[in-house]
Amino acid sequence: MIKAILIFNNHGKPRLIRFYQYFTEDMQQQIIRETFHLVSKRDDNVCNFLEGGSLIGGSDYKLIYRHYATLYFVFCVDSSESELGILDLIQVFVETLDKCFENVCELDLIFHMDKVHYILQEVVMGGMVLETNMNEIVAQVEVQNRLEKSEVLNCLFCHVNSSPINREATKPAVPDQHRLRPL
Amino acid sequence: MPAPIRLRELIRTIRTARTQAEEREMIQKECAAIRSSFREEDNTYRCRNVAKLLYMHMLGYPAHFGQLECLKLIASQKFTDKRIGYLGAMLLLDERQDVHLLMTNCIKNDLNHSTQYVQGLALCTLGCMGSSEMCRDLAGEVEKLLKTSNSYLRKKVTLCAVHVIRKVPELMEMFLPATKNLLSEKNHGECELVPQLVRILKNLIMSGYSPEHDVSGISDPFLQVRILRLLRILGKSDDDSSEAMNDILAQVATNTETSKNVGNAILYETVLTIMDIKSESGLRVLAINILGRFLLNNDKNIRYVALTSLLKTVQTDHNAVQRHRSTIVDCLKDLDVSIKRRAMELSFALVNGNNIRGMMKELLYFLDSCDPEFKADCASGVFLAAEKYAPSKRWHIDTIMRVLTTAGSYVRDDSVPNLIQLITNSVEMHAYTVQRLYKALLDDISQQPLVQVASWCIGEYGDLLVSGQCEEEEPIQVTEDEVLDVLEGLLVSNLSAAVTRGYSLTAIMKLSTRFSGVNRIKKVVSIYGSSIDVELQQRAVEYNALFKKYDHMRPALLERMPIMEKSASNGPTEIVQTNGETEPSVVDSKHPPPVSQPANQVGALLHLFLNLDLHDTFGMRSNSFDLFFRANPNPNVAVITIHASNSTEADMTDFVFQAAVPKVSRPNPAQIIKCLCFEVLIHGFGVFCVGLQCDFLFSLRMRIKLTYTLKGSPVQDLAEVNNFPPQSWQ
Repeated sequence: MIKAILIFNNHGKPRLIRFYQYFTEDMQQQIIRETFHLVSKRDDNVCNFLEGGSLIGGSDYKLIYRHYATLYFVFCVDSSESELGILDLIQVFVETLDKCFENVCELDLIFHMDKVHYILQEVVMGGMVLETNMNEIVAQVEVQNRLEKSEVLNCLFCHVNSSPINREATKPAVPDQHRLRPL
Repeated sequence: MPAPIRLRELIRTIRTARTQAEEREMIQKECAAIRSSFREEDNTYRCRNVAKLLYMHMLGYPAHFGQLECLKLIASQKFTDKRIGYLGAMLLLDERQDVHLLMTNCIKNDLNHSTQYVQGLALCTLGCMGSSEMCRDLAGEVEKLLKTSNSYLRKKVTLCAVHVIRKVPELMEMFLPATKNLLSEKNHGECELVPQLVRILKNLIMSGYSPEHDVSGISDPFLQVRILRLLRILGKSDDDSSEAMNDILAQVATNTETSKNVGNAILYETVLTIMDIKSESGLRVLAINILGRFLLNNDKNIRYVALTSLLKTVQTDHNAVQRHRSTIVDCLKDLDVSIKRRAMELSFALVNGNNIRGMMKELLYFLDSCDPEFKADCASGVFLAAEKYAPSKRWHIDTIMRVLTTAGSYVRDDSVPNLIQLITNSVEMHAYTVQRLYKALLDDISQQPLVQVASWCIGEYGDLLVSGQCEEEEPIQVTEDEVLDVLEGLLVSNLSAAVTRGYSLTAIMKLSTRFSGVNRIKKVVSIYGSSIDVELQQRAVEYNALFKKYDHMRPALLERMPIMEKSASNGPTEIVQTNGETEPSVVDSKHPPPVSQPANQVGALLHLFLNLDLHDTFGMRSNSFDLFFRANPNPNVAVITIHASNSTEADMTDFVFQAAVPKVSRPNPAQIIKCLCFEVLIHGFGVFCVGLQCDFLFSLRMRIKLTYTLKGSPVQDLAEVNNFPPQSWQ
């Protein structure tokens, strides 16, 4: 079972946090800080699995992470998950984000936190892997977004409160090194 | 009121904040705005406000005032509202707050909604944070949905059902028939499941290129992995299922392409499955060979995973893992800390009588160069391995010397007495050992365990050192004064711990019977009679007394230590004894306690009461026992200590001690809280402690029953204590 999914940047600022086990707000922030502390110390050429850190789940858990450009994607899992499988899952998730946001970068995650949550909801549910087929996930997310948009357009006096998925002109151009490159 | 700002605006504003305080201020302002907007019950902007609230929650700010708003959003008819509302519920609410129960009705309605995406949202929320009450209420709906033909929903419903079962295990029966349907077309029994799964797996591998499900050229790897895991669970203790799986597992193992990570993931899962089920030995060897191949992979993740799995299997498939020993030993030189640790543990598990010399060379080299966090574990491992498989005594002592000199300060505390015992028992190596230790001391006196062992040895075998009797290597020329210089140096050095100083003082004292010139030693001992360190002072004073009043006893007290056997029972006195320190208790005229503890000897008469002052105990004699009681009344619990000794000539075995007090009896009800028996320490001598609660100790009545076997026949001994005289109180 996946206990938590954390995305934060090289300075430890959270970009997405999702816990599948109950923790108080204080505990959540503490876990984020501790995880960042552990993961940021790692060299780039060591393995992607970490044990240690005492907060989540006691002894039966490990951290599996991947570092892309400026972001760390950390999945905190217990012993029932396969480490290599989860590594693949992170890859699938990032590639899905890339498809949904078109050359995704950190700014996309910052400004569309809710969208990222919706995409994640199609991949992992209740701590268990739901869907791993990238195209399927993207298709479902797009249908739901269209549904939202059509509701919004129907309402004459409603304001648009969620931006469309495509990149807007108002967003500044992102230099190459900040783009998340899928491996 | 102006329209609340958009989420995007808020994020942009917050990002401009330069300090934490500035950010907090902005957030507080926005929170206030959101709160007033909520109060106005404005449906149009609720969505936007909750989104902003979730963002602030992620940054770590409190957002609980938005919980009810999420519920309102869930109840709305619009998909947009429901979407953000459910997300908010999942992030902000939890089952500990009663508020979440208000969701139950909404979820129930949404589970039957016409739009599948709304149903999906409801299932997702229930599956993530449904409490046991909610699950119980909604289990029926979920079960109904399991029969849906909608593939999008079916997956969600299944996972939701898993969550429900986890929360409320009693509902499992409700879901069983539906589960079977999910796996097979017809409703077969469970034993049919394995062949079904095998067939599915086979199709997956053979089917070739299937574009919709593949990841880097392998068809639906996640499904393969899941099936393998399920096979593992099914075949775990079942011989028939395991047999059915053997072929397909071999096929997967040989056919899967390993150039990409996905292939490796499947192979890894296959290996785990082979290990867990009752597979035939050929298959297990195949699995271990796969793991061996993983070890050579460039990807450090694969190597890590391989080492972890090998560690799990090394007990059962020792020989197969041995074949990969050299690769494992190479991993010790890896840069990655996690890999190094696993390689070290695995290497220790692989050490045996045949490879001990080679392995030890590598491990000692590793000990030299590894990080401090490894040194303690590595040192202990080396000691254990050396003890079990040492090819010769000289090799053993050399290895220990090497560990002490390279990682001396990381060695565990209990190794010092163990080493001393080892050295004492290797009689022919005494001269060689003391010589090497002396040389090591000349180089470096900072590593305490080394210094302690060395000073003990010099104290014991100093005569061999000075007389140059070493056979194993070139004897060195050392004079008595040089030796005493070194030991005195330890006493004054700042690097020495207090314990070490004690060791060296005693060593100096012991040399008084082994060296010819005692005047220098007498001087040292008298100087330390006024040391600030109480331990040193006491020793020095006692040794001084030994020189003055008890000089006739000195040679006997300080003679060479006999061979010590490793005894099974470990009381605190045992550890002190094997330390090798003779404690000449000069003050009282009792015999010093025996040095060696031959195990399991309940023997003859021995009235040996360690530090027992017989005057304030009260004793009684039964048929074959002497019992001495000492009571210690506290306000809450009185502790009665009973010392019993065997007063017959024969051995006693199968000893059972029982105590009883009257529970309800005027005027003095009592109750036994705890009855403890300490180990039989020496030769038929036992100590028992009875803790009890009573008002008046002196009018207590206690009955004691002792059952044992004497000369082959069982005996029962009863004793009754009617009152405890005041002298027996401490």
